[in-house]
Amino acid sequence: MAKGGIVAGCLAPHPPHLVYAENPEQNEPVSEGGWEQLRWGYERLRESLKDVDYDVIVILSPHWQTYVGTHFIGVEKCSSKSVDPVFPNLFRFNYDLSIDVELAKAIHDQAESEGMSVKMMTNPDFRVDYGTIVSCHMVRPEWDKPIVSISSNRSLSYYSVEVMQEMMIELGKSTAKAIEESGKKCLLIASNSLSHRHFVTETNPPEDMSKEHITSHAMHLWDMRMIEMMREGKSQQIINEMPEFCEQAIAETDGGALTWLLSAMGVPNEPAILHGYGTIIGTGNAIMEWPCRNWGA
Amino acid sequence: MTGEIVKSLIVPAHPHPVLCPEKNEGWQRVRDAYDEARRQIEASDADLIIVYSTLWPSVIGHQIQADPNPEWVMVDADFHDLGSIHYSLKIDTEFAKAWNQANIKRGLESRTVSYHGFPVDVGSVVALELLNPDNRIPAVICSTNVYSNRAETTVLAKGCLDVVKAQGKKAVAVSVMSLSNRMFTEPIEPHEDRIHSLKDDEWNRKILEFLTEGRLEDVGQLSRTIHDQIRVKKVVAFKPMWWLSAMNDNRNDLTGKVLAYEPIHGAGAAVVVLDPESNGTGDKEYDEDDVDFYGGDRNVLESERGDETESPINSGPELYDPVEGVNAVNTNKAPKPVGAYPHARREGDLIYLSGVGPRQPGDNSIPGGPIKDSNGQPLNYDIKAQTRAVVDNIARILEEAGSSLDKVIDVTSFLVDMDRDFSGYNEVWAETLGKVGPTRTTLAIRALPTPIAVEMKVIAKA
Repeated sequence: MAKGGIVAGCLAPHPPHLVYAENPEQNEPVSEGGWEQLRWGYERLRESLKDVDYDVIVILSPHWQTYVGTHFIGVEKCSSKSVDPVFPNLFRFNYDLSIDVELAKAIHDQAESEGMSVKMMTNPDFRVDYGTIVSCHMVRPEWDKPIVSISSNRSLSYYSVEVMQEMMIELGKSTAKAIEESGKKCLLIASNSLSHRHFVTETNPPEDMSKEHITSHAMHLWDMRMIEMMREGKSQQIINEMPEFCEQAIAETDGGALTWLLSAMGVPNEPAILHGYGTIIGTGNAIMEWPCRNWGA
Repeated sequence: MTGEIVKSLIVPAHPHPVLCPEKNEGWQRVRDAYDEARRQIEASDADLIIVYSTLWPSVIGHQIQADPNPEWVMVDADFHDLGSIHYSLKIDTEFAKAWNQANIKRGLESRTVSYHGFPVDVGSVVALELLNPDNRIPAVICSTNVYSNRAETTVLAKGCLDVVKAQGKKAVAVSVMSLSNRMFTEPIEPHEDRIHSLKDDEWNRKILEFLTEGRLEDVGQLSRTIHDQIRVKKVVAFKPMWWLSAMNDNRNDLTGKVLAYEPIHGAGAAVVVLDPESNGTGDKEYDEDDVDFYGGDRNVLESERGDETESPINSGPELYDPVEGVNAVNTNKAPKPVGAYPHARREGDLIYLSGVGPRQPGDNSIPGGPIKDSNGQPLNYDIKAQTRAVVDNIARILEEAGSSLDKVIDVTSFLVDMDRDFSGYNEVWAETLGKVGPTRTTLAIRALPTPIAVEMKVIAKA
């Protein structure tokens, strides 16, 4: 069997506003658009991946928060309605998706063999978190690829960003090894924003773009710094600066997804492609792609 | 109508007491304590359960569940292997909407949610499943704002109390929370469960000692310290004691009883009942502002609301401190007068109120917006919001006088635009004073001293 591999790694943020603005048939609320800069960014990402052959999407979302280790969905078909408890006015999405349980179990087993606390989620009533759904929909709205859904182990809450990163680096290595041994070609998604300070009021309508901007200049500076490092292939520096970034920008990278992604790709020195940047209710969001498929062996 | 909090509860959020109490003696004791709390609620005359859940975080202010019958299947994000909980809840929608309006009047960002499939959080589901399994008593559920501070949380409770009193509810207030919330980060066998650390256990027992003595406000005052000492910094901080204490008028002399204290996967799980009867021992050391209106910096997009719903008066007549004359009744919970007179005056068995408008005490804002700007240009305004605010101000003055809305016997109302406003004013009247039944006269006048549309002159029984 040929070795599996990662065709691309993506930073693909999940604010439900983006799906709301797209008006897909699965989502109940109807909008007049909005957040076009980011949605066009997702268009460019989709265009970049259009001719890329891959078997499965592997995603880590900060909105499936687990405190007892890292969990993996182990149910082959998941069908239900996802309602965002924070923005239920924007996101009530009827989903019907497939899970690659075989690959999920393989990553689970590999991580377990490395001493990590892991668990398969096999309850058929479980609702897939909205972060996973939003990012997957924006990257691949056809929903024709199975996914592997990985929870965000909130080790940061118990320890520190440093410990969180140690664990996510190990999880990333386990993910890469399991993918390689599976023979499958995978698209990896870290589903998170960058700076993450929200406005606590909402415009009417929510898609009123005249009110959308970053919450503070400091947040903007941090976002630009992180994007520049990604564009310059400075993955290790991103990891090194992650504690300060998480603290000072209240960054959603605290959930571990970006660190996991960088680790799974081998902490690349290759540059990432910036497909788009924009703010959503004050938070900073970048759509980035690391085109691993072009890097050679 | 006189509503009140008839009982307050602190209960844990984990699903174990619902799904598998038999697997651990401590979990069973928590379940038994939940059952005892349920029996106490059933034995009371409670007609509403108010749930403040730390497991429903919100960003856009506070959210209040207003779906009359939310139902779905809840699976815990961590403990999904324990099973599913099918829930079908009965929500007091009228109360939820009124609480939302009360929050807005008090300066909070607030909204109701009513959507099929909304994921009611595990804490609320567990609490209502065990405290109110047959939906005998309607409930209302409120989120915890991830950014809210003490002032915001206190005002949230006061908004709730406004409605409890206005609707004459006998309410049970429930904080769904862990004490120490540090769980084991790896799976454990049920028989291995214990409080995660001795330090957590000692702090938990100190909290429970205070609560047993009825010193709820003292625990509220210690919230920040407790959060630093024994709380893992998850999505929301140790805020529920602020809310619960404010729901009990920041008292330290409640009658408290701990029905259970056990570990659930390492966290401190307690069932505590606090009754309003005074145990006569607690001294109140209230050293923070008793804030009634929220005026923080949260409204980042202030132009969204400020122009349309509430706006402070930037010009107009000088305001006076109410006159402290013979038999005068004054309160800082009503707006300052525009002249030298008291808010009310007691004569014999009657209380005579000076004309009452909708201006808010403290920031002098006008719910529903002013009728004109500082240049005299007319503005759009909400007569219903203004009328409700008038009634609320009347209620506060009467409460200060030892009376209440249901003792109002005669009202003279003044409208500056009868054609535009009579219908809306009349609608709110029917919902409020109309249910009491005072005589009423409504007059059209040219203007009032401040840019308001309605004022009422009230006579009530003492």
